[in-house]
Amino acid sequence: MASVAIQGTDLNKWFGEGDARTHAVRDVSFDAFFGEMLYIEGPSGSGKTTLLSMISGILRPTSGHVTLEGQDIWAMTDDQLADFRLNKIGFVFQDYHLFPRLTTLENAAIPLVLKKTEWDRAMDEAIRYLDVVGLKDRAALPPVKLSGGEQQRVAIARAIASQPDVLVFDEPTASLDGDTGRKIVDFVKREILTDRRCIILVTHDARIFEFADRIMKMEDGRLRRIEDARPH
Amino acid sequence: MKGILRIAYRLLVNDRGKFAALLVGMTFAVFLMISMTSMFAGILGKASATVINIGARVWVMDPAVFTVASSIPMPDYVLDAVRSIEGVRYAVPLYSGSALVKLRDGTYQAVTVLGLDDASLFGRPYLVEGSVEDLYSENAFAVVRDSEFPKLGNPRIGTEFELNDHRAVITGIAEVAVSGLFGIPTLYTTYNRAIQYIPSMRNTTSFILVEPRSAAAVPAIERRVRELGYLALTSDEFKDRIATFYKYQTGLGTNVLLMTVISFVVGLSISGQTFYTFILENLDKFGALKAIGARGSVLTRMILFQATFTALTSYGLGIGLSSLVIFGAKLRLPSYAATVTYRNLGLAFAMVVVIAAISSVIGVRRVIRIEPFEIFRG
Repeated sequence: MASVAIQGTDLNKWFGEGDARTHAVRDVSFDAFFGEMLYIEGPSGSGKTTLLSMISGILRPTSGHVTLEGQDIWAMTDDQLADFRLNKIGFVFQDYHLFPRLTTLENAAIPLVLKKTEWDRAMDEAIRYLDVVGLKDRAALPPVKLSGGEQQRVAIARAIASQPDVLVFDEPTASLDGDTGRKIVDFVKREILTDRRCIILVTHDARIFEFADRIMKMEDGRLRRIEDARPH
Repeated sequence: MKGILRIAYRLLVNDRGKFAALLVGMTFAVFLMISMTSMFAGILGKASATVINIGARVWVMDPAVFTVASSIPMPDYVLDAVRSIEGVRYAVPLYSGSALVKLRDGTYQAVTVLGLDDASLFGRPYLVEGSVEDLYSENAFAVVRDSEFPKLGNPRIGTEFELNDHRAVITGIAEVAVSGLFGIPTLYTTYNRAIQYIPSMRNTTSFILVEPRSAAAVPAIERRVRELGYLALTSDEFKDRIATFYKYQTGLGTNVLLMTVISFVVGLSISGQTFYTFILENLDKFGALKAIGARGSVLTRMILFQATFTALTSYGLGIGLSSLVIFGAKLRLPSYAATVTYRNLGLAFAMVVVIAAISSVIGVRRVIRIEPFEIFRG
């Protein structure tokens, strides 16, 4: 049995006030394990992204706990939480959020620079991660010169550059055509997922369900069930 | 340069359009501020031209005198009284007045006439043509070769003209450190000739120029002169008095101050607005950095660096541009009054720092408030 990478307990999130108050996530508890690719799936407005934000340390839950290595991340100070995200979580945003004024290499090196790695060393390390995602020869180009799939790979290189325990993907295939989306997720499963890493991926794209180990089904902010998607 | 500052630098300068707009805005503001204050400094410098050129260490005058041009003649006994003050090495009279000269072509030209002590010629200018002794010859005058010199028809040694129906002859061509403010030529002659040629009141001594025995003697001299009912000032104090007069009693200072403030406000609004737009356009990127794990202090440092870099670059460009314009203007207009002083540069620097600080605060406040969750939600 793989060990627990991150654990959510009784997570609730309310947005707004008064009549506009919305219960976005309701009493969600789950464990995510190292070595697994865990999907959070559900229709639009079901609370997937809100849940992902709470477990990755960027949105404070109204109640509940998120625990990583036995530590409640929401008991941390702002700076501790920033350090936690930098060292433990790798983000791949839906729109990638690459910096168009920087080169592909500099984009991939950002977490290393934030970790105060000396500039030349950061670039040397970042080129290795670009090599992992097959974009070493594109290192000097700005991201706008790359295709959508390549930009997604740069975002992945950036996310793994800090060697995080948990990688979170928000709708990774939303901006890609079906074939490219499948290839990317296949690549992530084969090359990025390790025994010491957990990947949590928010999606409602059924074309990539075949790569999931487990799928958390969300609906109206509730976790309806967790399905084991591994072939038996 | 630290890595994160290098990232901040590239985010700034690689956005060429915005960076250029920021530079243009702030450079223009610096240019305006330095130009305004330099013109004012130039005017003040020219207003004290006689004090600088004469070079006396202590000036004695009527307490109601605020500029060299508005002297109030003192009775002769004051000169004797000053000479008798302990600590005075010597004291000489100076005549300062204005007159009309009639040139050989029949035209009239206003001039400033300075009458130097006959015995010592203390305060005489450096003569580039002619000799000092020639000032003792009949009807002798030395003319200052400055930007106003052509108004006397570019006189040479021996050139004659009329001054209050008296014949006057140029016996020397002089050069001085600073030319006057009022755009009229300056003539030097002896004190006695000056009061003989120019209609005067009963009292004729415009100023008494004092050389103290030592710097320590100056306060006592000033006190004794005050007891006589007159005012003794060191040359620096007199220049300050003249500057104060022009700043606060002519409206000149208020106008320049207003124009400087306007240029500051223009610079602040242009750069503040442009910098804020730059921050807004990069807000999602700052949000992404925050989500990835950048602390608030790191983002603050990035923005401060960007604002400071822009401000300092603009400051340098603004100084260069204003110096170039002043240099060009002086080539075309020799009497153009503008002097870039360290004080002007310091003032402009302080204002640029304020502009950068306000721009930074606006940007930092916005960036610190970003919720990384907004990035996830797109």
